[in-house]
Amino acid sequence: MATEKKEFEPLIVGITCNWCTYAAADLAGTSRLKYPPNIRLIRVMCSSRINPAFILYALSRGADGVFIGGCHPGECHYIDGNYKALRRIELLRRMLDQFGIEPERLRLEWCSAAEGAKFAQVVTDFTNKLKELGPSPLRSQ
Amino acid sequence: MGEEKGKKKIKLAFYWAATCGGCDVATLDIEEKILDVVNIADIVLWPVAMDFKYKDLEAMAPKSIDVCVWNGACRLSEHEELAKLLREKSKVLIAYGACAAFGGIPGLANVSNKEEIFKIVYQDTATTVNPDFVTPQEELVTDGGDKLTLPEFWNTVKSLDQVVDVDYYVPGCPPQLDTNLAMVGALANFVATGELPPKGAIIGASDKCLCEECPRKREEGKMIERIYRPYELKEVDPEKCLLDQGLLCMGIATRGGCGAKCPSVNMSCRGCYGPSSQVRDHGAAFLSALASILGKKTETEMIGEGTAEEVKELLDQVKDPLGTFYRFSLPISMLKRVQLKEKKG
Repeated sequence: MATEKKEFEPLIVGITCNWCTYAAADLAGTSRLKYPPNIRLIRVMCSSRINPAFILYALSRGADGVFIGGCHPGECHYIDGNYKALRRIELLRRMLDQFGIEPERLRLEWCSAAEGAKFAQVVTDFTNKLKELGPSPLRSQ
Repeated sequence: MGEEKGKKKIKLAFYWAATCGGCDVATLDIEEKILDVVNIADIVLWPVAMDFKYKDLEAMAPKSIDVCVWNGACRLSEHEELAKLLREKSKVLIAYGACAAFGGIPGLANVSNKEEIFKIVYQDTATTVNPDFVTPQEELVTDGGDKLTLPEFWNTVKSLDQVVDVDYYVPGCPPQLDTNLAMVGALANFVATGELPPKGAIIGASDKCLCEECPRKREEGKMIERIYRPYELKEVDPEKCLLDQGLLCMGIATRGGCGAKCPSVNMSCRGCYGPSSQVRDHGAAFLSALASILGKKTETEMIGEGTAEEVKELLDQVKDPLGTFYRFSLPISMLKRVQLKEKKG
C-alpha cells in the first residue's frame, strides 16, 4: 500500500473590511480568478474593528496565519480607521515576535475594491510562504 | 479559642505557592480588623506563620475547611498536589492576589523554560562556580537508603484556576486595604448568614477600569508622540492623565478597586488588578488602546509616504511590549507563554 505524505495545508484566518478587501475578494470570485482555498474570510466593516485579541485568539486556536485586509491609506470609508489598524497590527507584530511566533504569520494588505487580481495574488503568495514556514508553533496545544 | 456568642467559628486556611510573601503580609495590612477575623475563624493551616504539617491537612475530612485563601502561582508539582488537596478539603477556595488570580510576576517566567532557567541560575550567573553543572534532582537515595524528593519544576507557570476549580478571585499585588476589607466582610457575612457571593466573583474590585477612580484629568482626543520612561520626565504634571503625558499607564485596561494609589503618586499603573471586566486579554487590550493614540499628527494629516517611517519611529519607542503589557497576566493571556525554538544538536 503506497502511503502519500500529505503536503502541509496552512489554515489561514482572513479578516477583511467590507468596503475594500472583502469587495476585492468578491471581484476575484466573479472574475473567476484562482487562489488557494486555505483562507477563511471574515467580513468586518472596517479594519479598525479588528481588536488585536481577535488575531491572538485565531493563533491560539491553531491558525497558521492571519490575513488582515483594509482600504489603502487615505481611502478608508471611515476616513482614518486604517491608520489605527496599521499601528495596532505593527505593534502586535513586534509582540508576536517576542512570543516566538514568526512575524510573517501576520499579513496586512491594502486591497481596494477594484483590486480583485491583487487579492488573489497576495493570498496565493501568503499561502505559499506559510507552506514554507510550516505549521504554527501553537498547533500542538 | 472558644465560641463567640454561640456561633461556631469557621475553619480558615492560608496557603502559599510561587509567591513573594507580600500577600501574607497584606492580610496584616487590615491592622486591628485582624481581631475580627480571629473572632470568627480558627486558622488550620498557615505555612508562613504557624506550624502545621501536610499530614495534618491530609487527615482532615473533605470540605471540613470552610475557606482556603491561596496566594501564589503554580509552577511546581507540589503546588498542583496542594491545590488538589486543598480543593478537596475546602468548601470555598479563593485565589488571593495577582499571582494566584492571573499568574502574576512569576508568570513572566513563561518567556523561558526549565532548561534555560536552570542554566542561568546554576551555571551562568557571574558569582556561580559550578563546573559540573550540579542542579536539583527530583529524587535521591542516600547511602543510608533514605529516599529524598524535590518537586518537579515545570516549564510553564500557571494561575490557580488553570490547575483546580476556583470559587473567588481577590486581585492585586498585593490586594489593597479596601479589597482586603471587602474579603473580610464577605467572610463575616458567610459566618453570619451562610451566604456567599456568586461563584467566580471578583471580590473587592470594581467592574470598571481604573480610570473611573483616578483623580487625574484626561484631554479629549489627545495623541501622544513620545513615550517616556518615568526617569526621563523632569516633571510629572500632578493633575493630567499619565498616559496623556507619555507614560505607559495600564489603567485603561486594568480593573479598578485599588483607589488609584499608584497614579496618585505619579507612578503609572502597572496592571496588578488584572484585566478589567470588559477585557479578555490584558495585554492585547492595552496594546490596541496605546496604538490608537500614538501619533504625531491627527490621522488625516498622516497621508503620504512618511507614514511607514513615522509608524516605525513611534512604535520603536515601545521597548518591551510583552513584558510591559503582560506584567501580571502572562499565564492567563491567550498565548499563555512564549514559544521557544527547539535547540538542535
